[in-house]
Amino acid sequence: MAEAAALLEVHDVTKSFGAVAAVQGVSFPLYGGEAHALVGENGAGKSTIVKMLAGVHRPDTGTLRIEHTDVDFTGPADAKAAGIAVIYQEPTLFPDLSVAENIAMGNQPLTRLRQIDRPATHANAERLFQRLGVHLDPTRPARGLSIADQQLVEIAKALSSEARILIMDEPTAALSAVEVARLFAVVRSLRDEGAAILFISHRFEEITELCQRVTIMRDGKHVATELVADLTVDDMIRRMVGRDLSALFPKQEVAPGEVMLEVSGLTREGVFRDISFTVRAGEIVALAGLVGAGRSEVVQAVFGVDPYDSGTVRVRGRSLKRGSPRAAMAAGLALVPEDRRQQGLVMELSIERNVTLPRARKLARLGLLFGGAERKAALTWTQKLQTKLGSLADPVGTLSGGNQQKVVLAKWLSTSPQLLIVDEPTRGIDVGTKAEVHRLMSSLAADGLAVVMVSSELPEVLGMADRVVVLREGRVAAVLDRAEATEESVMYAAMGQGAA
Amino acid sequence: MNLLKTRELGIVLALAALVLFTTISNPRFLSGQSIRDNLLNTAILAVMAAGQAVVVITRNIDLSVGSVLGISAFAVATMMSDHPGLPMIVAILVGLVVGAAAGLLNGVLVRYGKVPALVVTLGTLYMYRGITYSWAGGSQVNADELPPHFLNFANDNLLGVPWLVLIALVVVGGTSWVMRNYRVGRELYAMGSSPQAAELAGIKVARNLLGAFVLSGALAGLAGVLFAARFGTVDASAGTGYELNVVAAVVVGGVAVFGGSGTVWGAGLGALLLTVISSALAVLDINQFWQQAIVGALIVLAIGADRLVAVRIARSLRKRDAHV
Amino acid sequence: MSRKLASWDTAIILLTVLVLIIASLAVDNFGTSRNFTFMVLDLLPIILVALPMTFIIVTGEIDLSVASTLGLTSSLMGWFWNHGLSIETIIPLCIVIGAVAGAFNGFLITGLGLPSLAVTIGTLALYRGLALVVLGDSAVADFPFNYTGWVTGTLSWLPWLDGAVPNVLILIVVLALIFGVILHATPIGRSLYAIGANAQAAHFAGIRVARTKFWLYVVSGAVAGLVGVLWTLRYSSARADNGAGLELAVVAAVLLGGVSIFGGKGSLPGVLAGVVLLTALQNALRLEDVSGQALNIVTGALLVLSVLLPNVISSIRGNWQRRKLRQSAAS
Repeated sequence: MAEAAALLEVHDVTKSFGAVAAVQGVSFPLYGGEAHALVGENGAGKSTIVKMLAGVHRPDTGTLRIEHTDVDFTGPADAKAAGIAVIYQEPTLFPDLSVAENIAMGNQPLTRLRQIDRPATHANAERLFQRLGVHLDPTRPARGLSIADQQLVEIAKALSSEARILIMDEPTAALSAVEVARLFAVVRSLRDEGAAILFISHRFEEITELCQRVTIMRDGKHVATELVADLTVDDMIRRMVGRDLSALFPKQEVAPGEVMLEVSGLTREGVFRDISFTVRAGEIVALAGLVGAGRSEVVQAVFGVDPYDSGTVRVRGRSLKRGSPRAAMAAGLALVPEDRRQQGLVMELSIERNVTLPRARKLARLGLLFGGAERKAALTWTQKLQTKLGSLADPVGTLSGGNQQKVVLAKWLSTSPQLLIVDEPTRGIDVGTKAEVHRLMSSLAADGLAVVMVSSELPEVLGMADRVVVLREGRVAAVLDRAEATEESVMYAAMGQGAA
Repeated sequence: MNLLKTRELGIVLALAALVLFTTISNPRFLSGQSIRDNLLNTAILAVMAAGQAVVVITRNIDLSVGSVLGISAFAVATMMSDHPGLPMIVAILVGLVVGAAAGLLNGVLVRYGKVPALVVTLGTLYMYRGITYSWAGGSQVNADELPPHFLNFANDNLLGVPWLVLIALVVVGGTSWVMRNYRVGRELYAMGSSPQAAELAGIKVARNLLGAFVLSGALAGLAGVLFAARFGTVDASAGTGYELNVVAAVVVGGVAVFGGSGTVWGAGLGALLLTVISSALAVLDINQFWQQAIVGALIVLAIGADRLVAVRIARSLRKRDAHV
Repeated sequence: MSRKLASWDTAIILLTVLVLIIASLAVDNFGTSRNFTFMVLDLLPIILVALPMTFIIVTGEIDLSVASTLGLTSSLMGWFWNHGLSIETIIPLCIVIGAVAGAFNGFLITGLGLPSLAVTIGTLALYRGLALVVLGDSAVADFPFNYTGWVTGTLSWLPWLDGAVPNVLILIVVLALIFGVILHATPIGRSLYAIGANAQAAHFAGIRVARTKFWLYVVSGAVAGLVGVLWTLRYSSARADNGAGLELAVVAAVLLGGVSIFGGKGSLPGVLAGVVLLTALQNALRLEDVSGQALNIVTGALLVLSVLLPNVISSIRGNWQRRKLRQSAAS
């Protein structure tokens, strides 16, 4: 495999967070002049690898080598100095500073008196934006930029440091097709100048278009490193998932019942517009679309955690008070949110408290809560969902991702909802738990629960959903029945290439 | 940037309106002596506000400045009364060093002890004051024990400008300049704007943070020297409660308590505004007891106005993006 | 609540008991009933204000205006008394005014979304300033003896305790019990921890975050108003500067008791221990003729240590675990 000397080598690295082993014994090389894809399901450990290369995390064991010399990054500054630039999944800008300052931070052009050369800073930003073919005002503050624009600033930032090793963690998730094409042109020219690129993406067409080599990870372990040309997309998926697709998504056929949820003309200025769909009892309706299409924002508005400007939400024909999660809960709604750590759980609190949080008032007697009632309720539900835990009194943060997700599910299922909204229900959890969650959703639907599922994973959407509502840039782009929904039809609707 | 300009412009306008109104009712408010008094009264507050502004810009706070002023004032006054021959510059250096040491301890506890700045500096507010009290006991240094050159420093001029005012101008101007035009300044803004992003960007967060606290401490120490020179009588309670005025000046001056925005010279203007208000009250023959209530109302008003502006800007930016 | 912090609560309670025992043995007059009464009276304002402050800090906010609210109600109490209102009208009126002052804080913080630290530094100056406007630097002293006497007096229907139990201790115990039960055994208490640890997740769980916080500030103001009344009656003196600086002592005691300044962690028993510890130390040192101001060193150091020590311990533990992991990987 060693045609040329590897610019960077990841050698047998391991990294654990508490009880969770995020990365175990992973090795792969990055060659100069080559784009290398890193693929794996969510939670496979890709982002942890990125953070080790970025100097954010230190490997527990194993080493990173640059040009055959072991390096030990004590912080991001070391990685930067070693010529590594990283574009993170989540933009990391300084909202109060101007766009140009954000790009220049750390290596601002200086005048002779070591002062910052502002005109040069702005000129640099302009030049980078020209190279990327985007129109952004370098003097405006980063606060308030759209996700796509923030991502473009991140890319400009990485380009400005003239790194030898460029790491991109899903840089295209929020970009339009035109922006992606421009980005790729720039990345190709960097690659041809001898830089090594590590590219993380869920879009296989991008991988086959851009990359020469691919490393596949599953559950924190290295599966394979091969030439992209030697693999088909199906090969990659099979190795990522580790089993056949059909076995994963056991949606049972259910005759739909009455209309549970009716959303019509829902609009929030600048976020989503004129969203309408219905969900019947026993149905699973998926909201699909790219990151930033407004899917989570729609379900959060339905559940009342976010406001909306116009439109109506009806539950069993009755209109639901807007902006009140409490009213939504009383009407039988439950929302398992997208971001488990920020929205779903209170990490410092015990498992028991987390499970019973939305129901504490119902569990109280004469307004008082005694340990017994909460513990009993929590025990019932965590056992039903086969949650692996030490003690119910442990902070929920000590559990693995999959078991945390089960706690969130337990928390909401214990409220006996009639309409369950799940946002990215299997993000960042292991394959086994994933299958359990899918089975659970399917059996809940069979029992007459209405389910709304937001998901970025196409196989999940196609396997689980009776109907797929595809959003693009805050609007409904297509509503596809189970029969019509294919990987192509959903993707085309999501990317706005319906005619292609 | 425009927002920042309008923010400081707002203080200047408020200041101008206040001076105008007061002068109309009593022209002596604009006399040389009155201006001189106002500037002298502003100087100590402005020096401390400059350091505090830097700390607040990094999304921290330094509540210990009043106590640092106290310990420095007492240390320097004791030293000058024991060794009357020492030149002024030595007094200033000692004040700076004492303050810097106190600030360093704050910074180390915040950065390496991972204790929130509010807790650390609340704790050292007590500790530094307690040290001064156990050192001083009930004693105080009186003006007649201090050498004349030390006491005259407060009243001496250079080209017609009092030394105190000159020092304040240099401190506020210099700090503003560095914060605006040097890498370290921009990094401090970046750290306050997004601490996580600052770590990821490879900014030397530890060094900068320690620097900010050392600066705030050193300037509070310098303020202690100026305090001793100006008032002559120093006991262990010198500067008690000053932290409130300093934070007030910074907040009124437009530095956001959540860091990342505002300017040092804005904080200096805030200090000037607070001082002018209290002297205007005296000139306008308004009950002096109103002063503190006005300061409080001004703080609330200032943060309320900042919030309103921020919300409006966020809304207009969102609209702009929505049209694209 | 993590075990780490639960153990800090325990540590501070044990330390408090230890200090009380040592002081009783080593300091003359510390264990006398007369000194006990004094200590309880010294404890009174800090402990009462600390109860709602604990709630507020548990939700991740802060209220620095409490001592100024106290001063304002004390001033107004004198002003009302001078203007001929009856004491029976004045006392509830002062509590209501305290609640209104708290509601103003709450409105600025939850209604306008302003940071509580800055808001309450502002109202700290504002309320104290208004107190000065009301009463200037004068004092009102001639409050009826049956009220001032009650505050400083001891229980007379407990003869076997020899007048050692101050009347206000009943008030302290009742209020501490109410606040303790609310915090530790009701849905409201549960939601306070959730708000402090993760306001977004609390919002997603149907907890009305803003409304809850608003009412906490109202309660905090009302309690500060009540303490303003008690303070005035205890010293039989309504003054604008009553209670100045108390906010720092209260915050210090709450943090010392193991409540996290970031919210979401802490317990009321820990806070009570924190208050008792600070007051007992101060009392014992005063009896030993040590300057109360020098005690500031101990207060400040304890405050910093209460947060520093758990951090240091957990970081040492983390390093040790990582080293063990590396060794096991190497072998």
